[in-house]
Amino acid sequence: MTSNVNFLAKAGLQTLIDNLVSLGYECIGPQVRDHAIVYDVITNIADLPVGIIDIQSPGQYRLEQTGDKNYFRWNNGPQAIKPLVFKPEEPIWSCQKSPDGNLRFEKNMISVKKRAVIGVRACDIAALFLQDKHFLHDHNKDEYYRDRRQELLLIAANCTKSAATCFCNSTGDGPRAHYGYDISLTELADGLLVHTLSEQGENVIKELELRTASQEELAEADSLINEAAEQQRSLPSHNLKDMLFSKLKDARWQQIAERCLSCGNCTSVCPTCFCHSENEKPAMNGEVSQHTRQWDSCFSQEHSYIHGITIRSETQYRYRQWLTHKFGSWHDQYGRCGCVGCGRCISWCPVGIDVTEELNAFANGA
Amino acid sequence: MKPRVAVHKFASCDGCQLAFLNAGEDLLTISTLVELVHFAEAGPVDPDARVDIAFIEGSITTPHDIDRIQRIRKNCKYLVTIGACATAGGLQALRNYANAEQWVPEIYAQPEYIQSLDTSTPIRDHVDVDFELWGCPISTQQLLVVLRDMLSNIKPHIRQEKVCMECKRNQNICVMVTQGSPCMGPVTQAGCGAICPGVGRDCYACFGPSENANTTALANRFEGFGFLPQDIIRRFRFINNNATVYKAEAEKWSAKND
Amino acid sequence: MDIRFPHEAEIVERIQESPNLFTLRLRFTDPQTQQAYQFEPGQFNMLYLYGAGEVPISIVSDPMDDNLYDHTIRAVGRVTQGLADLHKGDYIGVRGPFGRGWPLEQAEQKDIVIVTGGLGCAPTVSVINYIMKRRERFGTVNIVQGVKHSNDFFWKERYDMWRNSPNTNVLLAADAGDAIWPWHIGPVTSLFDQLEYDPDNVLIMMCGPEGMMRAVSHHMIENNIDEQSLWLSMERNMQCAIGHCGHCQFGEKFICKDGPVFSYHEISSLFGIKGY
Repeated sequence: MTSNVNFLAKAGLQTLIDNLVSLGYECIGPQVRDHAIVYDVITNIADLPVGIIDIQSPGQYRLEQTGDKNYFRWNNGPQAIKPLVFKPEEPIWSCQKSPDGNLRFEKNMISVKKRAVIGVRACDIAALFLQDKHFLHDHNKDEYYRDRRQELLLIAANCTKSAATCFCNSTGDGPRAHYGYDISLTELADGLLVHTLSEQGENVIKELELRTASQEELAEADSLINEAAEQQRSLPSHNLKDMLFSKLKDARWQQIAERCLSCGNCTSVCPTCFCHSENEKPAMNGEVSQHTRQWDSCFSQEHSYIHGITIRSETQYRYRQWLTHKFGSWHDQYGRCGCVGCGRCISWCPVGIDVTEELNAFANGA
Repeated sequence: MKPRVAVHKFASCDGCQLAFLNAGEDLLTISTLVELVHFAEAGPVDPDARVDIAFIEGSITTPHDIDRIQRIRKNCKYLVTIGACATAGGLQALRNYANAEQWVPEIYAQPEYIQSLDTSTPIRDHVDVDFELWGCPISTQQLLVVLRDMLSNIKPHIRQEKVCMECKRNQNICVMVTQGSPCMGPVTQAGCGAICPGVGRDCYACFGPSENANTTALANRFEGFGFLPQDIIRRFRFINNNATVYKAEAEKWSAKND
Repeated sequence: MDIRFPHEAEIVERIQESPNLFTLRLRFTDPQTQQAYQFEPGQFNMLYLYGAGEVPISIVSDPMDDNLYDHTIRAVGRVTQGLADLHKGDYIGVRGPFGRGWPLEQAEQKDIVIVTGGLGCAPTVSVINYIMKRRERFGTVNIVQGVKHSNDFFWKERYDMWRNSPNTNVLLAADAGDAIWPWHIGPVTSLFDQLEYDPDNVLIMMCGPEGMMRAVSHHMIENNIDEQSLWLSMERNMQCAIGHCGHCQFGEKFICKDGPVFSYHEISSLFGIKGY
């Protein structure tokens, strides 16, 4: 960490939230809902998941109350930042049909609030940058994504522990956030280290009761984050493209398909998956029709449907498409692997298929 | 001339007909777009009227039903089934697993008055069906879209993706992963709005099988959670017990149980 | 024009080409949109049918004709069947053009082989029309059309017209045919010994079923044609048409924006592998 790291008492978090609110931000923070950590509107630090840790394993996610005073010692829930910028479902335009058959098209306009998200993890920032590359990379920018993205202020929380499903260390995306945030927090036993990367971030923290962090505090933070970097899972290598594309006819795809539900949960919780379908919702009166888009998945039959043919009718092809895209062709499309090591696809797979296990098996020729 | 529409009922609870009646403002719009010639629950009765679209609720359970559905088929241009009963035989298809000769006298004091088939079967087993709407009950939204498409002369289409897709789009928390609940969402067709997982309950498959349903992988997972074969059989032998893929999975576990 | 949202277009003419193939001749209602609109052969538009949705359809008219845009459509799905029911004077939505078309500059001064399989392969019709109108810029033109059954063959007049053009070689084949079918019975590749081209100065364009395009590509490669001289038009599910929705991915390629026309060289690693 650089020298301009400050120390904030834990109670100071409330002032941070208050500052954000008074600066006009809608404050989104982690909280417990329905047995998981979710991001939602927050105004009071009492709503943060104090003392909560998440115990994750393939197909399983449980929360546990440790009784300690940590706000950020959990790792993640099913959502990343994705739903805040790339909405699960939204209208994009509508068409009005007049009695004489004329069609009038109207773009769906959105009004976007300034939003601050507290507790964002390094892997999720990396994922957001990947989605930026997808939705904003050429002249056809996605306006909805862009408008929401521009108004985000990110307050990162460096991970001080890793879930059993985490493997960000092997993708190079965590556990410490290095870029993309406005403010970062590292939670110590009795305070938080605060660092900023942007003017907006500076603006938010300037009225907090801060003091320069001591060498001991910096060392404590390093040691916690280093501990979090000791992870149980890892990828076989950074670039798996050639390996995967050399195994397109491997019998393992079918073995995975026997376990895989092709339910699409992995792609829905994946913070980088971007596929969406466009759908039509005509009103009963025949006068207006909404054109919407919604999250889709390469695990769905319709994803690969063209006039009577389903290109990926079998699960083995759907799983192979997902894996070879995420860990293979993504390198050509966006210059890096499409995985950030958050481990969500492992925990939230209802049958516990472990992407690291499958990749290692392919890499080791098993 | 307005298209003529009939809503017929067979063995069922009337809940799917309520999907029409619960359509709110759209119901008023429908009444201006079509001529409802037969819909006993709503008023008009003319069971033998010739119509453009016949909506069928309920399953076939009596010899009289068989005659009636064939008459209806002859009298309509398009036939659309609404709900689990008409589309898969319904909950009452559980009778297909029992011996009618035995249970009828056990229940009825004068079994000679009971004229019932041994089975409850979907409409598709008896006549050609043009479109099927699943659900117990069906979703009003799906019904409206299908009716709208038909009025626009567009082939109706319903996505057969899994409930999980809808569940995740609603940002529900997975009950299977957080609570070990035996959720049927991964093998069930979306369309309901993932109502049950949305209130923390496991899906019980009332919308019937999704496309590409891997029932075996799901059943194995339930077993891993500690459920016994008879529990697993009950998951598949419920509202849509007679749907082909659920039926086959239940039979596999039934064989294990023996 | 904002290609993210449809613009109203009027059906100026509707032509029934064969029992399930029809052409919609369109004009944008807004004169400014009409004027600004430009495309290249091989590109496509998203056509919107009110209440049903959009479909990607290739543009078959000539790019220099800025009055009308023709789309030849096969009625196979719910949207295209709905479009088939429309009449002259009806309105639809159009956005586009999308994608990369045929390499026409690269094709100039070369011999050309255009191979089409299946029914009414619109992407090649546009390029044939384009070349025939600018005949002097190209060498020998070979037009090869394969159909499953001789009954599937239509646009006979067009082929007759092309056959009578100078330096143009038209070859027709049906996998199966009636006694009156005057042309070849068998796969299109069995006609290839009749092609007239200079192997060092030829460009091949293909459209149709992938099995056919694969067979043609292999045949050409075996005959020492460079992979980069083989061009084909690909099809996948497309919904956004700007590389965002993810459906049309073919390995690292987005068919909608990187294609739909590719050189064989660009896609050969996954071409023909089931599931891609």
